[in-house]
Amino acid sequence: MEQFLDPLVLSRWQFGLTTLYHFLFVPLTIGLATIVAIFQTVWVRTGKLEYLQLTHFYGKIFLINFAMGVVTGIVQEFQFGMNWSDYSRFVGDVFGAPLALEALLAFFLEATFIGLWIFGWDRLPRGLHLATIWVTAVATVVSAYFIIAANAFMQNPIAYTINEEKGRAELTSLGELLANPIALAAFPHTIFACFMVSAGLVISVAAWHLARGKNIETMRPALKFGLWTMVISGAGTALMGDQLSLAMVEAQPMKMAAAEALYTTASGADASFSIFTLGTPDGVHELFSVRVPYLLALLSTHSLDGTVEGINDIQAAYQGVFGPGDYAPIIWITYWSFRWMIGLGVVHIVVAVVGLWLTRKGRMPKNPWVWRAAIWSFPASLLAMSVGWIFTEMGRQPWLVFGLLKTEDGVSPGVSGLTVLISLVAFTLVYGSLAVVEFRLILKAVHAGPEPISTDDDSREPAARVTVY
Amino acid sequence: MDLTVVWFWVIAAFFIGYFVLDGFDFGVGMSLPFLGRDDTDRRVLINTIGPVWDLNETWVIVAGAMLFAAFPEWYATLFSGFYLPLLLILVALILRGVSFEYRHQRPEKSWKRRFDAMIVFGSAVPALLWGVAFANIVHGVPLDENHDFIGSILDLLNPYALLGGLTTLLLFFTHGIVFIALKTDGTIRARARTLATRSGIITALLAVAFLGWTVIEHGTGAVVILAIVTAVLLVSAILTNVLGREGLAFTGMAATIAGAVLTLFTALFPAVMPARNDPANSLTIANASSTPYTLEVMSWIALFAVPLILLYQGWTYWVFRKRVSRDHIPEDVDAHAAA
Repeated sequence: MEQFLDPLVLSRWQFGLTTLYHFLFVPLTIGLATIVAIFQTVWVRTGKLEYLQLTHFYGKIFLINFAMGVVTGIVQEFQFGMNWSDYSRFVGDVFGAPLALEALLAFFLEATFIGLWIFGWDRLPRGLHLATIWVTAVATVVSAYFIIAANAFMQNPIAYTINEEKGRAELTSLGELLANPIALAAFPHTIFACFMVSAGLVISVAAWHLARGKNIETMRPALKFGLWTMVISGAGTALMGDQLSLAMVEAQPMKMAAAEALYTTASGADASFSIFTLGTPDGVHELFSVRVPYLLALLSTHSLDGTVEGINDIQAAYQGVFGPGDYAPIIWITYWSFRWMIGLGVVHIVVAVVGLWLTRKGRMPKNPWVWRAAIWSFPASLLAMSVGWIFTEMGRQPWLVFGLLKTEDGVSPGVSGLTVLISLVAFTLVYGSLAVVEFRLILKAVHAGPEPISTDDDSREPAARVTVY
Repeated sequence: MDLTVVWFWVIAAFFIGYFVLDGFDFGVGMSLPFLGRDDTDRRVLINTIGPVWDLNETWVIVAGAMLFAAFPEWYATLFSGFYLPLLLILVALILRGVSFEYRHQRPEKSWKRRFDAMIVFGSAVPALLWGVAFANIVHGVPLDENHDFIGSILDLLNPYALLGGLTTLLLFFTHGIVFIALKTDGTIRARARTLATRSGIITALLAVAFLGWTVIEHGTGAVVILAIVTAVLLVSAILTNVLGREGLAFTGMAATIAGAVLTLFTALFPAVMPARNDPANSLTIANASSTPYTLEVMSWIALFAVPLILLYQGWTYWVFRKRVSRDHIPEDVDAHAAA
């Protein structure tokens, strides 16, 4: 019974589940806000009604999703104090600042202007109403920067001193904290990935309609737009992911070694990257693998004859610095999550490029498999996002703040296992049932398709336009 | 001036903002069974806060983040110590938020009734539990020498805290009803005014009892004066409602809530988390705060951001200043769109 009531284990599961769940909604909030803003801008500039239809159609999906992002976000902030009070005490002076900045400078903007956008269609002049969705979109991106800067402190702590008497980290420079090299690389990588997920949604939904020959006039431009967004943001994600792995090798060499399950230090051709491995999950015994020589050296150092440190050497070095202990994350998780992230990302770029070729000059492919692949774009890109977060957060273990505070030392000392079990069960039940409701509502909205726009704008009662709920 | 003192009152100001704004959202949510005779009524009620509930709720996220940044020890002790009440508040806020967005997505009666119930639950639970939580902060809880909460959930359910919870429940309820009278027209408006008078009387009785108890426990000069001012504000708000001065009544209720929060923070100062078992274990603004550097940069940013926030949020309220009535509610388009 004891092992089921360990507050540390339960708090980790709760944080992992609620954070991954929260981040199912965040990418769509960030990406779709801009995409909807672009559709609305095209309508305002050209007067093409299909873009107004697209604005309403994808806007509806955006809002169903937005509500979930907002309410699950509150849990994220409260959880640091509830489950990780010793962590909060240790880092509050440093980590609290970016969270407070996010709330003050971005979250307020987002929450206020989204209300203006939803309810303001007939209360604000057209240009001003368009501005409200753009402010919302910019606020979501700014918000992401502060959160990633806070997270970057956990990956690569900088801009602090340790106050021995108080037993905590103290901020020495806010500017330096916000310019963390990990944040500078992780932010564009994450934002581009959010656009991949959102492009995935646009493509999936448009393909579903086009494959059935429905709403062709509106969905054809949506598909094109989604495919181009996927290609551009896919390239950006890959490029910035490359920058991030360089910064990561500097800050957290163990994470890179764990990504490849590289136990012994290797250079040049020996620093190969395995595309696929069959063997024991811990990567120790290899039965079969497909390997690309030099690739790991190239990814880690941008040089063919670079040297990549192995897990065993880093472990020995860390024992010298931090004392006895196991400093490697769970290797099979980092190894496979890293591959799934990259693999799914590459597949998406390929699918989008092929899609652009097949639909060139107004062509419509007949092969049902093409449409099936397109429809899977959304769930698969969301999966890529999730495994990316699993990689970066599990790869940080056993540290909560790398080199400063272990995960086991951050948990709330006063909160019992039973209490955390109650909350874990509560969140699982609430989140699980809401996921079902949300999924069905989005499917319903997708299947209903874009609503026709009445061109005779005066036919509706003006009074009927000021309520939404 | 000492920045820790400044930030104590900044935190108080953010909680005032939260309770004044989300307070009437809670009241509107709880009003559905009292004022919503049919679905059109209920839609009128929900639409009065439609454009603003999200920004109002965000005040608690900002207050929480400011607390984390300025007083990490306070944040850590409070959130881990009050774990189960906060869990209930979180679940309630989740259910309330999605219900606003999801209730109008399908036309079926059973669908809407389910989300109506969730809105009522999601509004009443935080309205009650925020009062319990803040009363407990002022009252003091058992803390060990590391400032960790060592009591049980039963320590949080003491008579003073429960009275505090009932007071905020009724206070937010009446605040919401007064807001509805200000923001609707027709029969709902008339019924809201009658209901506000009735609930206002119960609210006044509870509030006077709670404020009186607070004065007995922490009877310094400032607390006594603030408690009396708050009680007078509440009575004036109820009287102006009876006279049909809806704008004044709402302003009065907002000022009452601000006065009540100020009374509690004044009673608390300079402690932030008094230890009931041993005063040596108490958290105060001195041992709970961040470094002067962090407080200083946060001060500059807040000085820049807060006026801007008040400006664009004020503008939002101005954009949506018109009353909502049954005439504004279109027929359920979804019922036809399904075909």
